[in-house]
Amino acid sequence: MRKLFVPVAVVAAAMFLYAPFMILAAPYESTMGLVQKIFYFHASCGMAMFAAAFASGIGSAMFLFSKRPAADRLAVAGAELTSVIGLIVLVTGPLWARKAWGVWWQWDARLTSTLVMWMIFNAYLLLRRYGGPGSDRLAAAVALFGMANVPFVYWSVNVWRTLHPKTSVIPSLQPGMRGPFWFCVVAFLLLFSLLLSLRMELERRRQQLDELYLAAEGD
Amino acid sequence: MKVRTLVLAVLLFAGPAYAQQPPARPANPDGFVPVDTPINAQDTIPAPRLVGIAYGFIWVVLFGYVWSVRTRLASVERELQTVSKRVGSGGH
Repeated sequence: MRKLFVPVAVVAAAMFLYAPFMILAAPYESTMGLVQKIFYFHASCGMAMFAAAFASGIGSAMFLFSKRPAADRLAVAGAELTSVIGLIVLVTGPLWARKAWGVWWQWDARLTSTLVMWMIFNAYLLLRRYGGPGSDRLAAAVALFGMANVPFVYWSVNVWRTLHPKTSVIPSLQPGMRGPFWFCVVAFLLLFSLLLSLRMELERRRQQLDELYLAAEGD
Repeated sequence: MKVRTLVLAVLLFAGPAYAQQPPARPANPDGFVPVDTPINAQDTIPAPRLVGIAYGFIWVVLFGYVWSVRTRLASVERELQTVSKRVGSGGH
């Protein structure tokens, strides 16, 4: 991944520079107009948030069974990215909703389950920060709950009555909207993989530092 | 004569059958419908401001996060060097 980091970063940067032009050129939606253009980054961030939650959950499961430090690094990095990207999803969604629905927030299944998932991963990070010795295993269990929430968040719009667009919106996108949307999804998934790798590197160096401090105390 | 009767029968039945067809509509009723120009009627909430805030927020959060990780990484690297030197010099 280290060899690929710079080329992937260049590609991702180029895609993010070009994405606004594609979004501007995309057709307006018939009822929502300009504000629907928030969708391109909002939904892409939603997908990256799911990927981050899965990374954290899978890393946590591996850590619980194998106790490998690399798995823990993946869990921590995934949880932090779920929190950061989830914040973007939870802020851009209401900005779109205010214009499209007339309200900033609706306590429906999609919005509420997304908020709950975001809070679970923030709880994970707080547990890791202030939980003391042994909190890594407890936090790993919390991340598993967070990952288990992902299918509920995804299917909630199809199962319960909600103002949020259904999942069928994506496959039914018109050609003028489909291209920019999938372009943004790829850009965000590339960015997600870069940030995950960068954050895992930070955690690896922190673990080295902890080992060095332990060695220094032992001398 | 038989052919003429057959054509007449087809035309007679085809008309009502065609009329009973549902009107053409998008493949998915829940899907987005594109138009060429933005809607402006009764546009009381400024959409450009909402879109601007949304995209601005995304860029600020992403750049802020990258900066935060880089800063933390640099700080850990500095600390690693300091502690390595201390361990290397026998803790003095």
